[in-house]
Amino acid sequence: MAKVIEGLYYSESHEYVKVEGNIGIIGITDYAQKALGNVVYVDMPEVDDEVEAGAEFGAVESVKAASDLYSPVSGTVVEVNEALEDAPELINQDAYANWIIKVEMSDESELENLMDAAAYEAFCEKEGH
Amino acid sequence: MNNNMEQKEKRTCLYDKHVALGALMSPFGGFEMPIQYAGIAVEHQAVREKVGLFDVSHMGEVTVRGKDAERYVQYIFTNDIAGAPVGKIYYGMMCYENGGTVDDLLVYKMGENDFFLVINASNIDKDWSWMQQHAEGFDIDLQNRSDDYGQIAVQGPESEQVMEQVLGIPCSELTFYTVKTIDDVIVSRTGYTGEDGFEVYATPDYIRACWDKLIAAGVQPCGLGCRDTLRFEAGLPLYGDELTEEISPIMAGLSIFVKLDKAFIGRDALLKQKEEGVAKKLVGIELADKAIPRHGYTVLKDGQPIGEVTTGYHTLSTDKSVCMALVDSQYAVLGTGLDIQIRKKVFAGKVVKKLFYEKRYKK
Repeated sequence: MAKVIEGLYYSESHEYVKVEGNIGIIGITDYAQKALGNVVYVDMPEVDDEVEAGAEFGAVESVKAASDLYSPVSGTVVEVNEALEDAPELINQDAYANWIIKVEMSDESELENLMDAAAYEAFCEKEGH
Repeated sequence: MNNNMEQKEKRTCLYDKHVALGALMSPFGGFEMPIQYAGIAVEHQAVREKVGLFDVSHMGEVTVRGKDAERYVQYIFTNDIAGAPVGKIYYGMMCYENGGTVDDLLVYKMGENDFFLVINASNIDKDWSWMQQHAEGFDIDLQNRSDDYGQIAVQGPESEQVMEQVLGIPCSELTFYTVKTIDDVIVSRTGYTGEDGFEVYATPDYIRACWDKLIAAGVQPCGLGCRDTLRFEAGLPLYGDELTEEISPIMAGLSIFVKLDKAFIGRDALLKQKEEGVAKKLVGIELADKAIPRHGYTVLKDGQPIGEVTTGYHTLSTDKSVCMALVDSQYAVLGTGLDIQIRKKVFAGKVVKKLFYEKRYKK
């Protein structure tokens, strides 16, 4: 059973956002890392890059395939998780502790378009069948 | 992730076993095949270090028998089987008149004027029509036996031991690329992993019984995921990636399997390619970064597109991002600096030998 954490916002493409003030901390969910298998590379944007809600901002790669990352919110990248450059497998160990980028959100109302933990859990259940 | 796919893929005789083992299943070559069980990395290492078991029942089998069998195989096949001893196996291609590749295949010499041809699953229908079209004027009995045979591959350094002790099939006397039959069971020392190993062709019932014994003995089941990483590291081509209707065996660097001193379909075009050179060649490229070049990504020189990636991985054996790519021949020299466009970024690499793992066959 994939882990889902209360208090986070979730997208249908399996990214999460943890909100701290006006900063959105973005990563992929436990469900996503399980579906991918061993993560061997994370393609991340650079600090100061703009990201847009629903648009691709990078990719996570398993042995077999690259899977695009879509930003759940719009804004400016303020930090990327450099630890993933040398140890992408951290995402498999704990996808929530090992976020990918931090974004200064330009429109916090976009969070309303995302799912809460209960809705996301139901969404994964449906997708799994 | 789209689960609404229509069920139109064929199933192999081991389909139920894969489902029972919890394999991730996916369509490949017209069949619903296992991609992985425990994970690609675990299965890959099992084959490199011990032994792994693959369902390769999707592969196609064609038999050629009769007075003109040898002459016919010589006509459609790039390698030279003239005067081959019974029990010998040859790798080669069938080519179009223009030199493009119809398929790559194995030819087993089962007896005098008796050949067993093993072809790719995705090409069975195409190959079968091709073979029939070119059978005119030959006194042969040509049969497509693809639905009659199940096939497993037992691959890895412990494969001989497992074949003999678990399956009770004596095979220590088989050398690399030779075959023998025990009743109706065909056993060859062949594979697609760069390791020592065997392939067994038999009835679905026999293959299912072998599968059960091997799984009960603790042999790791392996999916097509690691079959691809293993063959890629060993520099072995996959039809559809490194060989296509556009990519000839000469372009793919496989001229050792093309015998131009005999007559066969495509020979004149391939001879011309060999003598005059080819516009594009298959090379290996190693990247400095960990970003992974995938099939279809563009290869650049000074910002200009000069080729395309055919297969790429972050290899499990060497921890490097490498690929095979078809590039303009002038850039195919070892050590040449080339770049690869990976999504929005460009990564620097250099041309290397397209062999990322030293093969360990029992010669």
